[in-house]
Amino acid sequence: MRFIAIRMLTADRSKYLGLIFAIAFCTFLLQNQTSIFAGILKRTGSQIADITDASVWVMDPKTEYFEQTKALKDTDLLRIRGVDGVAWAVRLFKGNPVAKTESGKYAVSIMIGIDDATLIGAPRKMLLGRWEDLRRPDSVIVDRAGYRLLYPGEPERLGRSIELNDHRVSIVGISDAAAPFLSFPVMHARYSEAVQFQGQERKQLSYVIAKPLPGITPEELCRRIERATALRARTTDQFRWDCIRYYLRNTGIPVNFGITIFIALVVGTVVAGQTFYLFTIDNLRQFGTLKAIGVADRTLVGMILLQGFMAGAIGFSIGTGMEVTFVEIFLRKLATRGLIVLWQNVAITAGCILFVVVVASWLSIRRVLRLEAAEVFRA
Amino acid sequence: MNAVETRGIKKYFGSGETRVEALRETDFEARFGELTLVVGPSGSGKTTLLSVVAGLLDHDEGALHVLDSDMGALSNAERLRFRRQNVGFLFQQYNLLPALTAVENVAVPLIANGIPRKRAEERAAALLETVGLGTRMAALPSELSGGQQQRVALARALVHEPKLVICDEPTAALDHKTGDAVMNLLAKHALNPDRAVVVVTHDTRVLQFGDRIAYMDDGRIVQTEERAAVAEVS
Repeated sequence: MRFIAIRMLTADRSKYLGLIFAIAFCTFLLQNQTSIFAGILKRTGSQIADITDASVWVMDPKTEYFEQTKALKDTDLLRIRGVDGVAWAVRLFKGNPVAKTESGKYAVSIMIGIDDATLIGAPRKMLLGRWEDLRRPDSVIVDRAGYRLLYPGEPERLGRSIELNDHRVSIVGISDAAAPFLSFPVMHARYSEAVQFQGQERKQLSYVIAKPLPGITPEELCRRIERATALRARTTDQFRWDCIRYYLRNTGIPVNFGITIFIALVVGTVVAGQTFYLFTIDNLRQFGTLKAIGVADRTLVGMILLQGFMAGAIGFSIGTGMEVTFVEIFLRKLATRGLIVLWQNVAITAGCILFVVVVASWLSIRRVLRLEAAEVFRA
Repeated sequence: MNAVETRGIKKYFGSGETRVEALRETDFEARFGELTLVVGPSGSGKTTLLSVVAGLLDHDEGALHVLDSDMGALSNAERLRFRRQNVGFLFQQYNLLPALTAVENVAVPLIANGIPRKRAEERAAALLETVGLGTRMAALPSELSGGQQQRVALARALVHEPKLVICDEPTAALDHKTGDAVMNLLAKHALNPDRAVVVVTHDTRVLQFGDRIAYMDDGRIVQTEERAAVAEVS
């Protein structure tokens, strides 16, 4: 009876395509919104993830997320280095100086100051130049998006000057830094110079980044540092999640996206569900005929489920294809780079579509099971 | 032995003050080897009787034996299997599945009985040849005339060689010539000594095909005529 179910589903092309595209657009909307949501949240910890050399971040106990820094004392670095299990620990500065080009174009930037001696924390993904060139005096590395923001429409070229807090510095490299939460240029400089770009403050040590000795996990090292120094120590992953949780708790992002996702789900359920239910109602006489002929209820249920799941699977596949195309297009744009489709986005959407299919099928099945086979004798 | 035998069956619709008695102690017989016509005015209970006899509706009181089975004693599943194996249906509106071709439509009762699709379609094709639709097997119902559709429906009703064929106004939507052709095929099927055909009709043109005519009014069989009398009537 499977072929009959499939023929019934696909016979009326306009209704069939309407049903498929209702599910496809529902899928696209759900995946798109959850992907953008995940992409935005991922951006909140981009600079943490970019520093792949270290696995432990030490900060002021009140620090809740990357952007919110309260400077540590310089002596804290020495205390951390003294903790048992620390392989190495270096300084890291994070500031937001205003960068100005020769043409007068300016932008607030994210300045990462890395250890002068070791250059730990330097951007490892370079598009132009070498990160080792940060050893040259008055040098910075700018990310590609930042470069294009400062020099719109101009070719990428090393050696250009930028003014940072009355300091003239030279661009020695262009990096492929992950997109930050706000579309500011991401710059890297040596610690000793980066603090000058920000302007003098009494304390300027934003973070200490460290690595445990072999055999000690980052989590264990964090516990040891916290015990020994009373500072806050987090692994890279923990700190990234701290940032995500902070934005979830303190911004309107989850509510806004939640509303959109909820509306997508409701609209998708109603449109796709109603289309499928109406499709069943239109075919009620056919189901009645099959009932009269002696087709068992469980076979009819199987036919409806097959129709529902087939429409769901095809619609879901088309919707996912649309989302992948969308991501492929917008991933290449600077403003929307970092857009991601996680397997969780796909799984959540698949769950929602499954829910839509189950609800619509259940309504249709109820209608067909309640149908009196004797109805077929009515003209 | 009768193919269908009802004794004092009653069927109600609704409850309380709105309850309607559609069948009132109806006694009805349809014999093997005969084509039995059930005639009567609209609302007389013909279709309800047909639905009860076919096992599509439960009766509320009385005895109903179809093909020697006590229908009241059968479970839903047994009644479904009974219908699938032993009953063929011919509807006024043909009720063909619009998405299936003529041959696929005819094969449906066989497929429902578990026969593989290929074999079912081979048998369906052979039957379509006998009803004169050998060249229209791949046509969809929408591509067939009313008469052709009813012949496809007739082939579907007969393809699994049911012992009882139930027909509801099979000629109502057909012209005289096509109607006669359909009734001839039904009468031919009824000639078989272990088969029976019951036809509900308003169409006086088809009375000549009946071996017996049961007249129905107000939920009862009020009169039954045998073949000789039928000849006079027609």
